Amino acid sequence: MVTSAPLWSVLIVPVLLTAFAIMAVLGDALLAARAAGRPLLTAAAAPAAGAARLLIGQRRRTPAPDALLWRAGLWTVPAAGILAALVIPFGTVTASRMSVGVVWFNAMEVLTWAGLWLAGWGANSALSLIAGYRFVAQGLAYELPLMFALISVAAGAQSLDVADIAAAQSHLWFAVWMPAAFAAYLAGVYAFSFLGPFGAPAGHDVAGGVLAEVSGVDRLAIEAGRWLLLAAGAGMAVPLFLGGAAGPVLPAWAWSAVKTLAVLAGLTWARGRLPALRADRYAEFAWVVVLPLSVAQALVPALVDLTR
Amino acid sequence: MSIQLFLLLAAALFAIGLYGALSQQSIVMIMMGLELMLNGVIVAAGAFWHYVAPAAPSGQLVVVVAVVAMAVEMATGFAVATAIFRARDITMSDSATDLKR
Amino acid sequence: MLTAVFWFLALLAAASGFMVFRVNSMARVTIALLVSFLAVGGLLIVLGLAYLGAVVILMMTMEMVIMLVFMIAYMTNPGGLTQMSMYHNKRASLSIAVGTFALLAAGILAVPWPRRAGQPPASPAFQLGQALMGPQMLTMVTLGFVLLATMVGAVVLATSRGRYDRFGDDLRRRSPDDPLRGGVGQ
Repeated sequence: MVTSAPLWSVLIVPVLLTAFAIMAVLGDALLAARAAGRPLLTAAAAPAAGAARLLIGQRRRTPAPDALLWRAGLWTVPAAGILAALVIPFGTVTASRMSVGVVWFNAMEVLTWAGLWLAGWGANSALSLIAGYRFVAQGLAYELPLMFALISVAAGAQSLDVADIAAAQSHLWFAVWMPAAFAAYLAGVYAFSFLGPFGAPAGHDVAGGVLAEVSGVDRLAIEAGRWLLLAAGAGMAVPLFLGGAAGPVLPAWAWSAVKTLAVLAGLTWARGRLPALRADRYAEFAWVVVLPLSVAQALVPALVDLTR
Repeated sequence: MSIQLFLLLAAALFAIGLYGALSQQSIVMIMMGLELMLNGVIVAAGAFWHYVAPAAPSGQLVVVVAVVAMAVEMATGFAVATAIFRARDITMSDSATDLKR
Repeated sequence: MLTAVFWFLALLAAASGFMVFRVNSMARVTIALLVSFLAVGGLLIVLGLAYLGAVVILMMTMEMVIMLVFMIAYMTNPGGLTQMSMYHNKRASLSIAVGTFALLAAGILAVPWPRRAGQPPASPAFQLGQALMGPQMLTMVTLGFVLLATMVGAVVLATSRGRYDRFGDDLRRRSPDDPLRGGVGQ
């Protein structure tokens, strides 16, 4: 039974989300160091050192930037992650028990569309602009399958409330009988945090893309924002697909943490294994194959509800 | 926070959109004016639902239809702008007569 | 508290709507319009329409980003680096707009609005869904067909290459002759 926590809990959400994001960053750094044969201890300290350096670093300026839109775009990315995490239940409490939590999550992750395009535009730099457009292209590909995945779980639970969706999985997890939706959702998480196979907007072939001209605390904001979005996506996967905080022995909050860490570990591990794709390679596949599959997947819980 | 205030906001958005739609030369800017007018319609429909008839779904339906109308107008408007741009390399509404055959 | 939120969102919506036609940079114009829509989405949530408010925020963000792509592509001053004045009939349209607003405001303030008939349901989203699937199914079907027709019509209008450009004069080519070759997944 998920209850809405008092208003000040809204301040705890960024802290908790940052904790998960830091664990993901550390895991990623350790995996990369082990694969490259570098010493692990220095690799574990590198993200913190990099963050400290960015915090005190001076901002580098480009000629004639659109500073208002640039900063707005860069800071929208972590803000979107934190706002999306407001509806995720942790254990038996949630910061905001909205009756339309799934739609709110979707709306907040769509803010990254605007954020990344503005981050690419505002710098007045060609490669940065190209990367911003790359994100819009990948957005067109991933967004509809992700929306249909969210519709599938909402139809399976007959409610848009995240707590109801978690409670409806007492017999069988949605990840088991809606695997296409789960796969589309995980791909969407990679895509809206532009990590892993969908990391082209920040790719090496565009000199860092949207990260190319950013420096100082703005750079920390957008780089942290990617991992905050990944953590929010992993956290949302738990009530949507993995049964929420239900489990035998441990208390509810422990199960939430364990399941979130499991998804986050899986996403971080797979991130180092998958190549980065450009949108023109998968756009047609996404629209011609993945989207009809997602629509067909949304039919499954509808038929189950009708025959129940 | 009464129905009059919501409707005044809706009228203001509608009037601003009308000003834009009438005064702008470029097709995409005219579309922005149309979007603002539909924005006003959305606010008005929501206010009517809340203050006059919350037990009936009609107010929400008008909002849904207005949102769909926005999407349709944007899609068609940009398709027409693309066609004109291919023909004339510029999108001025005065050149819309090019589409007449 | 709710009144303060209403005034903030209402003034934000009107002000950013007005800025759409005052600012030079096309990116800023579109973002001003997006801010106006987000404010309206917030107002819908204030009115109790949580689902429609979230949907407006969701759809308008996506639509405005796509509009940004087209604005930057088609407008002559996308960066706003030069002054430009792309108006015609400025005075006439201003008078028409102000006159319309005066007329509407007079009507709004003069009409005796009816009293509230009934209470809002526990779930307005369910009320909307039930209506669309039941008594208002005709609306649903019409919207579906209109959207389909729009999709087809927009692609037909916008594309400059037809079947004969893609498949040859006798439509005999097996794979279409597109700038981006290859089929699904390439």
